[in-house]
Amino acid sequence: MPWTSVCLNDEDVCCLEESGHRCLTYVQALREAHDMILASDPEAFVIGEGVDDAGGVFGSTLGLAETYGERVMDMPIAENGLTGVAIAAASVGMRPILVHMRADFLPMSMDQIVNHAAKWHSMTGGQVSIPLVIRSIIGRGWGSAAQHSQGLHSLFLSVPGLKIALPATPYDAKGMLLAAHADPNPVLYFEHRWLYGAKGPVPAGHYTVPLGQAVVRRSGADATVVAVSHAVPQAMQAAAALKDDGIGVEVIDPRAIAPLDMDTILASVAKTGRLVICDVACRTAGYGAELTCRLAEAAPQLLKAPVRRVSFPDLPTPASPALEAAYYPGVEDIKRAVRQTLAK
Amino acid sequence: MAKTNAIPLDELLDAMTLLRRFEEKIVEVYPQQEMKTPVHLYIGQEAIAAGVCAHLAPTDYLVTTHRSHAHCLAKGAEPERLYAEFYGRVTGCCKGMGGSMHPAFPELGITGTSAIVGGGIPHGVGTALASKLRGDGRVSAVFFGDGASEEGTFHESLNFAALKSLPVLFICENNGYATVSPLAARQPDADVAHRAAGYGIFTEQVDGNDVAAVYESAKRALAHIRRGKGPAFIEAKTYRWKGHVGPEEDWTRGGRPKAELDEWKKRCPIELLLTQLEKSGLDRAEYAAKVARLDAMLDAAIESARSAPMPPVEQMERLLFRQETH
Repeated sequence: MPWTSVCLNDEDVCCLEESGHRCLTYVQALREAHDMILASDPEAFVIGEGVDDAGGVFGSTLGLAETYGERVMDMPIAENGLTGVAIAAASVGMRPILVHMRADFLPMSMDQIVNHAAKWHSMTGGQVSIPLVIRSIIGRGWGSAAQHSQGLHSLFLSVPGLKIALPATPYDAKGMLLAAHADPNPVLYFEHRWLYGAKGPVPAGHYTVPLGQAVVRRSGADATVVAVSHAVPQAMQAAAALKDDGIGVEVIDPRAIAPLDMDTILASVAKTGRLVICDVACRTAGYGAELTCRLAEAAPQLLKAPVRRVSFPDLPTPASPALEAAYYPGVEDIKRAVRQTLAK
Repeated sequence: MAKTNAIPLDELLDAMTLLRRFEEKIVEVYPQQEMKTPVHLYIGQEAIAAGVCAHLAPTDYLVTTHRSHAHCLAKGAEPERLYAEFYGRVTGCCKGMGGSMHPAFPELGITGTSAIVGGGIPHGVGTALASKLRGDGRVSAVFFGDGASEEGTFHESLNFAALKSLPVLFICENNGYATVSPLAARQPDADVAHRAAGYGIFTEQVDGNDVAAVYESAKRALAHIRRGKGPAFIEAKTYRWKGHVGPEEDWTRGGRPKAELDEWKKRCPIELLLTQLEKSGLDRAEYAAKVARLDAMLDAAIESARSAPMPPVEQMERLLFRQETH
């Protein structure tokens, strides 16, 4: 299945292109999804700092303002207020996509996301829903430091009423943005800056990837690795390397952490008995903690070894390259974690 | 009193009387402890909701606050659907999910209510942005108190509304208190309107207990908005008779001086209008008969609301997300 593949290098991409598949980068797929949404839905609009400028949010909205005019709208540096503005426009049937250059800016709008968007459908007795998509980008590297590189997706797990998407491939970037746009509920859509250049197969037409449907990226019988966002290509590289050592790793990408597709994960752990969870965020109370608890509640007997997590340490991201190198986990850490689950 | 030419004073009196009696009924039944919802009463401020909403069509949007009852009624909400909501009944406007602080009447342009102070201000700007993008000619009216003007959302909202020239009317009901904290303890300048004017917004200040003055001010402000000139802002100075929440008066708990309340009660917006109308022939006995008929209607609404069924438990999960897709 080309649509679930993760291209790890130029060779993978060439292979798919030669077999007739159209390949785009993650950022091109994002831009294409915006273009399709704006072209097909007059109620859709894109609002965010710099969405209409020369950079176009790292290229993801580049040039769209020329086609769609005021429906691609710059905004004041007022994240909470403008989230409220977008929520209310959504409450009367518009379909806004609000864009933050960094996920770190979401805490500025915590009140409107947590107290308002998430609760509106319940609180109004089901009369009004909020079809709002909030895009944000997890940064990394070049000394981005503690306020421009956080993965804050799991913060929102304890707020019922939000869907949380973390697309890892160009195919999912497009299909999940189209799904988020079509969803009548608020969707937090987390991208990763280091995925923007990744290439992969993307069909030209309209398609959606359901929010809350995991995908098995690679099959294996010995250990299950669950990974999201930029950790997915890392997990795939680790799995490829471990295969050379005769270890079969099954890589599962939940693609959304709310709703979380536990069925696919449980089916895999039932087969392997071993679980490693990879995240692009700090360790404590990440989505892996919730996943592990649900596993423990549902089927603790499946585990043959302790669960391992590969995540950022519970520390603010440092600036110095020497410290960044120590801070971020990589392919080797995932390989080590898999081996640990197989050690006994 | 402002000039009375062409001001529908009889209708404004009826509207204010409805808002007052609706809440006085709550005060009556609240001690029974069956109405299990924190009520934030509007008594004393009725001229503002009545004077502004007289100019709004059902299609216009309205954003209210935790102190929501009067705005909903003045926009046309049925008393029984509010009472039922306060009693937590499935027949309430939000099926018992919102209570007193979160009413929604989408058919009246009230798409939900925030009880976070300042939380709703950007919502009125958002509905106005929708109207501008759609060109539907609707206006949005956003009510909030003086306390909300201290929140960041107030400034973010005014800035954006002015920047985009949006069709939104901001109405600051300055009653001088946030719970029991006086304005002077919270703001360096007693006139919230000065902040709005700083954003280049068409701004007026008005006696919020003079319904004719509020009506006239709202008329000018909405004419400005409907001419496409951008947002407008009204600061209406008034006084809340009851405590921040609940049916008691604050002096009973040492929250505010009784003498201050007594002075403001002399400027009751309904009594001021009644006195004026008496000069042009209003019969107090006829008014009393009208109030009695209104009371009978409200009593029936309360009884009907109270006897309605509670919501089914499964409703909580069902309402978390909307199911159908676009």
